[in-house]
This record gives sequence, C-alpha cells and structure tokens, in this order.
Amino acid sequence: MPQALEGSQAIARAVALCRPQVVAAYPITPQTHIVEHIAKLVADGELHCEVVSVESEFSAASVVLGSACAGSRAYTATASQGLLLMSEVLYNISGLRVPLVLTCANRALSAPLSIWNDQQDSMAVRDAGWVQLYCADNQEAVDTTIQAFRIAERCELPVMVCVDGFALTHTLEPLELPSAETVAHFLPPYRFSRTLDPLAPLTMGTLVAPEYFTEARHLHHAALLAAEKEIVAAASDWGAASGREHAPLVRVEDVPKARIGILTLGSVFGTLLDARDQLPDPPVRLLHLRCFRPFPVEALRAACAGLSDLVVLERAIAPGADGIIGAEVRSALMDMDAPPRIHNFAAGLGGRDVPLAIYPRLIEAIGRPHARMSPIDIKPELLPENAPSPIKVPS
Amino acid sequence: MNTLHDLRASQPRFQGLESGHRACQGCGQALAARLTLEAAGPNVALANATGCLEVFTTTWPDSAWRVPWLHSVFANAAAVAAGMEAALKMQGKDIKVLALAGDGGTFDIGFQALSGMLERGHNVLFVCYDNEAYMNTGVQRSSSTPHAAATTTSPAGIARMGKRHLKKDILSIIAAHHIPYAATASVAYAADLRKKVRRALQVDGPSFLQIHSPCPLGWGHGSELSVEVARLAVQTGLFPLIELELGALVGAMPIREIHPVTDYLKLQGRFKHLFADDARAREELAHLQALADHNIEVYGLQGKAPDTLDSEGADSVRRGGLRSA
Repeated sequence: MPQALEGSQAIARAVALCRPQVVAAYPITPQTHIVEHIAKLVADGELHCEVVSVESEFSAASVVLGSACAGSRAYTATASQGLLLMSEVLYNISGLRVPLVLTCANRALSAPLSIWNDQQDSMAVRDAGWVQLYCADNQEAVDTTIQAFRIAERCELPVMVCVDGFALTHTLEPLELPSAETVAHFLPPYRFSRTLDPLAPLTMGTLVAPEYFTEARHLHHAALLAAEKEIVAAASDWGAASGREHAPLVRVEDVPKARIGILTLGSVFGTLLDARDQLPDPPVRLLHLRCFRPFPVEALRAACAGLSDLVVLERAIAPGADGIIGAEVRSALMDMDAPPRIHNFAAGLGGRDVPLAIYPRLIEAIGRPHARMSPIDIKPELLPENAPSPIKVPS
Repeated sequence: MNTLHDLRASQPRFQGLESGHRACQGCGQALAARLTLEAAGPNVALANATGCLEVFTTTWPDSAWRVPWLHSVFANAAAVAAGMEAALKMQGKDIKVLALAGDGGTFDIGFQALSGMLERGHNVLFVCYDNEAYMNTGVQRSSSTPHAAATTTSPAGIARMGKRHLKKDILSIIAAHHIPYAATASVAYAADLRKKVRRALQVDGPSFLQIHSPCPLGWGHGSELSVEVARLAVQTGLFPLIELELGALVGAMPIREIHPVTDYLKLQGRFKHLFADDARAREELAHLQALADHNIEVYGLQGKAPDTLDSEGADSVRRGGLRSA
C-alpha cells in the first residue's frame, strides 16, 4: 500500500531493510534527515546496527571501509563538501574493490557557498571508480538503494546512489516500501570474499610498483564495465520481486515521430515529463541517464537512434571546458551512422528552480548557434557591468 | 631441524611480522612492530597508515604479515580501525583491532581521526611508531621532531639551528581523552614494550602506545646503534617511559644513572650542528638538557638502584611459531 514519506525517510527505511550492521556518517545538509532517520530506527530497536557518529566525512568513508573489510554490510551518506572530503577514501575504496553503498544527496560545491541542489558534487568524483546511479523520483531512490547493495556485493564495487538534495530528499511523495521478506529474498546476507580473518590472514592495500599497477587499473576498469550486466540483472530481478521495474541504464520515454531528444539526470526528468504532457508538439523523446558509471554506451546509442537533435541538460559544469555529461554523450554517439547534433546546457545550478517553462526554451534553443555549453537559465541582468555576456539563448 | 616448517615451529614467539621485508638495517619501526605483534598474538586485525611500515612490508606480490592487515590511506588508520572494530563487535567476534601509524599518521595528518576514535571509545589499540620525522618521504620534519633536530625541511645552517619548535606532547593530548590506558615504550626495552602491549589489549576500550623507534637513516647514526640510541633517549630523560590510566600517571620507569643529553645527541647526525663552536648551539644544548630535566622532575624518573636493562624473554608467553598449521 502506498504511503506518504519524505524522501530521506524512505531512503532510510530502504537502507534499514537491507540490514546494514554498520552505518557511519557526518551530518551535512541536505543529507541529514537520512542519517537521523537511521539513528532513530536503531534507537527504536527496529534496526540492529552500530551507528558510528564520526568527526568528519573523511572518517565516515574510512569507517565503512573498515567495516566492509571486516565482514559487515556498511552504509554511509553525504553531500557536497562532505563528498569531496571523502574523495581520497572514495578512490581507495573502489581500488580495493570493497562493496559499499553511499547515498549522495546532491548539492552544489562552494565557493560561493550554496546548500542547495545541483550535481557538481557527484560529478566531481565521477572517475573515483564507483558505480553511479541517479534517481528521478523517490520511488526510484527506494528501489535503487536496495538494488545498489546487491550490485555492490556481486561486483565487489562501491555504488553511489545520487538523489537530488531537497528536490527528492525533503519532498513528501506517496511511495511503496517493500516488505522485509521481499528484500531478504532479493539481497542475501553480506559476504565479502576477502574478509579480514585471523584464521586466513590477508594483506589488503599493498604498495604496487609500476610492474603491476597498469594491470590493477585495467581490472578495476573492466570490473566497472562488467557491472553493467549486474545493474541490468538487479533491476530486472527487483522488478520481478517488487512489481516495479525501472530502466536500469537509460530510461526512454518516447512518443511517435520524435526527432528531438532531451537527456537529463535526476529529478528534472519529472519536470520535463510534465512539461511535455502540456506541450506535446513537437514530439520529444525524453531520456533519463540512470546509470552514469559505468557509462552505458550501447544503451545510449540505442536510445538515441533516429534522433536529429539531442539536448543534454545537466546540473553541473566543467568551468573552462564544456558540459561534463554532454562531452561524454557526444563522444559515445559520434560513431553512430547518423548521430544527433548535441546541444549542451546547464540549468538549476546551486538550487535555482527548474520550472516547466524550461522545456520550450530547450526546444527553441536547438535552432540557434551555440558553440559552447552555458547555463540556459542565467539572468543577464544580475551580472555585473563589463562581465562577459552569456551565450545567447532564447528567453 | 632442517625444514622451514621445523624452524618456524621452534620459534619461541608468535611472529606476526615475518623477516625478509624491505626495512633498512637497524630500523626501529620494524623492530617495534615485530615486538608489538609478538605480544599481541595472532588473534588480531590491523589497520596500517601509509608510511615506511606499510611500504617495506607489503610490496606486491609479497607480504611480511601473518595477521589480517588493511592499509587504506595516510590519515585514516584510526577510523578504518574503528570501522573494523564496530563490525567485529556486531558480529560478536572477539578479535582485537590495532591501528598502526608513524608519527605523521598520529601527531599530524591522522590526528583528527585518532581523536575521534578515542572519543567514541572504540576498543582499539593505536600504536604510534615514533621516529620523529616523515621518514618515508625522506626525513622531513613532523610535529614530533625534537627541538633543534635537523631534517630536510628544518635543516641546520648559518641562520637556523634545526627545528625551531618543540616536539608535540602527544601523550598529554591523548591523556586528555581519559582513555583507559596510554603509555610510552622504547625498542630498547623489549620486555617492557611487550608488557605494555598486553596491558593495552586487556583493557576494554581505546588504548594508545607511543613507541620510540630510531631511524638510522633519518637520525644519522649507525645501524648497529639503534637500540643503544633508543636506550639513551630514555636514560637521559628525553623520552620518559610512562603509563597512564584514565589520563592519570600510574607508572614510570626509573632512571638510576641519568646520562647528560649530550650522550644521546652526539651519536646522531641530526644533532651534529649542536656540537659546533657556536653560542647558539650551546644555548640549544642547554635548552634540550632543560627539557630532559623537566621530564625527570615531573615524572619522578630519578631512581636509586642500577639501571634497568632489557630483561629479554623474562616476560614472554611461548605460544609456538606456526599460528595455525
């Protein structure tokens, strides 16, 4: 039966259903409600788990690394500055091939300081060697969290579940929580093949000379590519178990005769779906890149077949370069027989609202020349005099 | 007695750290780690900070460790150990977790994670191998480097007499966490070191051990002098061997025959500049003697009988060489 839950509360309950033995976190807006809810579930005796309230995100990542290696399922959550403070350990966790799940409540990075939503934080660690899954709504956040543990443990890779801060974490939505039995059946007890055990001692985290380093990196890269298969299997098996199947890699919401596509990540996807309902002409294919790491090249090419133009709308920016996702999409599609023209825009940086009205602006922008990526929702009147003018896009 | 198995079976103590690793001759840290593991025994799991110990014991595909061992990054040994302890506690396993770090991973970059681990009361023994500088990167000063010692980033020259700042009093900071047990030890006093490891592992909650570990390369003394240099650090009062319970002093190794600090300093290249005919050098020597005198006074180190020498083996529990056949 659907129940109305705040995104953070729903994610906390989904985590609890996965029976972690150790949760370590340091509070940061907008992640706080997730770990507060977990702490309450533990305090109320609903979850038997050691909550380690650490003194920094750097230690949060380190604690869950230690716990996972010592044989316990472990979980952490963070956002923004916290994710960057973890970043040294994030690379280390994935290089050690340790299964962990982290919820990133996506938030902008300072400076200037912003506590509000964009996706600059998880994009900043896109090459940390983690699986990255983005959620379009809170039902997906619940289901993806549960799938993430299975993917992590089967692939021996860490999984980052990205949910837009506030837009999802602080929003009440009606959603379904699965039963404990359903999750228990889907997610077997945690077992790590390289658990630290005095009866079978292993050395983990050695110094590797140039002689072997390339091979270690290759194996990590290959493991991430191979994870695509487990991501697909997890979505399919979870669909069978729960009755809810989400597209594992790229969600395609097509309409007949669509030649224009818009691709995005996260909660903006729902806004675009609603806008298209109101403006059905021209026909537009909407794409949600649910899986950003591994980057699903084949699925993306299939999803873009027949398009003449593809707008890539992202909530992050690579200053001095172009879009982050836009560049990767362009690279993935360029070998297609007839690749779509790519139009790359940022929107919703630092929590700027992305309204329904952005939809017609994106479609109009297709007809105009724009060599470089730019924020489409910039307000030129707020720029200081003599500032370089933003790239012209229709208003 | 002609197979490796026979040789191992005849070993008097558990060898958690095997020979054949790549430490320098006379490495105090290697000796300290071996002694620590002898006393800790096989039922442990280790979290090791980045540093010499990590590098010289685990160059892939070799490992010198016969206990489970995990290295993550430089600053997080205490937090990784905390996570291991939390997990093992939840699993109902009685395996003691040790965190190992040098003075960089303890006094400096790892300090915040260490303080957090102690404050949260994890049942972890944190062992600091104190060789008083960043030796792994080539002898740069740390906050543990003694006053006036020369390192590559606090060199002695016409305008400088080595490190301008004092060695951080880490044990007092640890004591302020009021943990059940904290102590200093020295590789020159092996029996005392092992006794302190066992004591630390008996307490329920966090414990801390700072082991003075000479580095022949970094300190500039002969490899054969490591134990002698370490012993003189104790006998001059510059490195007092003390024990604290809940932050209060409960024991100190007395010095019956107190040596002048110059006996310790003159053996080491890092203090060579203090023996030049220079008024500032004489002032620094007096300063270091004053620091030793202060330790002797506040910890009551003055003893009466002949000096304690290492009573090697007197305390040991013989448990066989091969941990599990």
